[in-house]
Amino acid sequence: MNILCAGISHHTADVDIREKLAVPDHHMDAVLREVREIEGLSEAVVLSTCNRVEFYAASICPARAFEGLEKYLFNRTGIRAPLYFHDSPQSIRHLFRVASGIDSMVVGETEILGQVKQAYASAHGRGATARHLNKLFQHAFRAAKYVRTKTRITSGPVSVGSVAVDLAEKIFGQLTEKKVMILGAGDTSERTARSLQSRGVKSIIVSNRTFERAAALAEEIGGMAIHYENWHNIFPEVDILISSTSAPHPILTREKLAPLIKARDDRPLFIIDLAVPRDAEPELNELDSVFLYDIDSLQQIATQSLAVRQQEVLRCEQLVEEHVTEFLAWMRKLHGGYPAGAES
Amino acid sequence: MERYWLIAATLCFLFSFAYTLYAVATGKFRSARINLLAMAAGFAAQTTFLYMRGQQDRSCPINTLFEVIIFLSWSIVLIYLLIGPAYHLSLMGAFTAPLVFFLNVIALVSPLNQNPHPKVLLNPWLEMHVALSLMAYGGFGLACIAGVMYLVQERQLKSGRPDTIFYHLPPISDLNVANGRLLRIGFVLLTLGLAAGFFLKLPVANAKFAVSLGIWAIYGIILLLRKTHSLAPRRMAALSIIVFILALVTLPAIQMLSVAVKR
Repeated sequence: MNILCAGISHHTADVDIREKLAVPDHHMDAVLREVREIEGLSEAVVLSTCNRVEFYAASICPARAFEGLEKYLFNRTGIRAPLYFHDSPQSIRHLFRVASGIDSMVVGETEILGQVKQAYASAHGRGATARHLNKLFQHAFRAAKYVRTKTRITSGPVSVGSVAVDLAEKIFGQLTEKKVMILGAGDTSERTARSLQSRGVKSIIVSNRTFERAAALAEEIGGMAIHYENWHNIFPEVDILISSTSAPHPILTREKLAPLIKARDDRPLFIIDLAVPRDAEPELNELDSVFLYDIDSLQQIATQSLAVRQQEVLRCEQLVEEHVTEFLAWMRKLHGGYPAGAES
Repeated sequence: MERYWLIAATLCFLFSFAYTLYAVATGKFRSARINLLAMAAGFAAQTTFLYMRGQQDRSCPINTLFEVIIFLSWSIVLIYLLIGPAYHLSLMGAFTAPLVFFLNVIALVSPLNQNPHPKVLLNPWLEMHVALSLMAYGGFGLACIAGVMYLVQERQLKSGRPDTIFYHLPPISDLNVANGRLLRIGFVLLTLGLAAGFFLKLPVANAKFAVSLGIWAIYGIILLLRKTHSLAPRRMAALSIIVFILALVTLPAIQMLSVAVKR
């Protein structure tokens, strides 16, 4: 028996192709049934995320199964997708790499393991898996956990939003009681505010030169809009200030903020300056309990984390290989000493 | 025999420090469990040492400068074990270990243990006075460690380019809160210790009285400044380090003056 994998990912296909091949939840039943009807194919799992659509299967006749799968996908989508086909042991290695986050667009991201688990649970729940894929996926979850525990593949934040959240948590601890103010309703500030919101910040206040834009953004993220002239009045209550106005010169100056900061009773203030040219004077960082980060320093931390993750990839591959060998040994034992694919 | 327990405790603290340093430097630090276990093992060995010493002295083992240093280091570990894990101050053990290791080494290598079992006056107020005062120093010692951690974390945050250690240190606000609580714990214990001293019917050297009261007053002022937000947390952290070093330096003098008066 062989383990097969066929599919496309962000490495091989653009989003316009990926979205055509994607299998939504409500189609999963039919797709799993139809795939298992392909000649030479028995068990099946479909992994469909925004970055990949992959079909895992057990087969006694890989060549015929691949051919049938390609034909099935063409009939279903009407396009010839640039599919990759992996037979054992490459297919096993591929799944372990995917589950560990090595193959992800952002190396080491942890969401993929949840998605693999969900794909397996969905197929298992529909009776589409049996001994081979059950064992394969259980082993993949173990391999992914092992890789994450033994390496730094998931270390550090890798986007501006997650860097901001990490820094905020290192300043305040719990964010549940914290107030955020957005100055200038830009896209990046909205994303950053949403990241903070996902960690439970208490309230978000939006201020913009055009009040309507502030009100629109506030409504979208469940915050409160205030007139730009009034942001100074709210400032002493704010813990995190995200600034991204299009002002040509700094609007957050030491001279302006120093007296306001005195009224804060030593509560820390985290200023996230996403504007170019910058909204905040660098000298603000010299004030006690004020922590200022501009877009460059946030991006630098994200790049640094990504570099650490990239350095870990080689170690991860070695650990994955150990698990592949282990799984192949199980396959050999199951099939009476024959290597995978050797028996019919 | 009891000396071996002390050496064992010292080695545990050294291991705790060295392991955390290695784990953080190589990025393998996951949790403080090994560190905590090493500190707990060191504490158990040190407790055994103090127990055996107490049996021989037939009193609380705080009669010589040697014993005072060991008791102080024991108090620091005790308070760390009580509050460190509760506040999730995962790396506090790594910062505590070098301090207690340093205190133990001083006690072990210096000629302070020449007269191991002196004749002592058995007085429960005296024992309470010394024990509470030393435990207060333990609290101040940990406040000093929280202060060091605060300054390290602040430097990391202000630099804009945090290192590996940044991700393992607790949030700066938590460190500030821990620093304040430890200062308060130390101050309450010192106040009780000094109060117990007033029940003694022993003469007190003026210099000892002045130094003890001076340290109590300095910590009192620090807490007052903290309460009124008159000093920024960074300055508060720096003060708790400076004042603890000062208190540590005056400790041998207080001990000598106490022994001189008892004789």
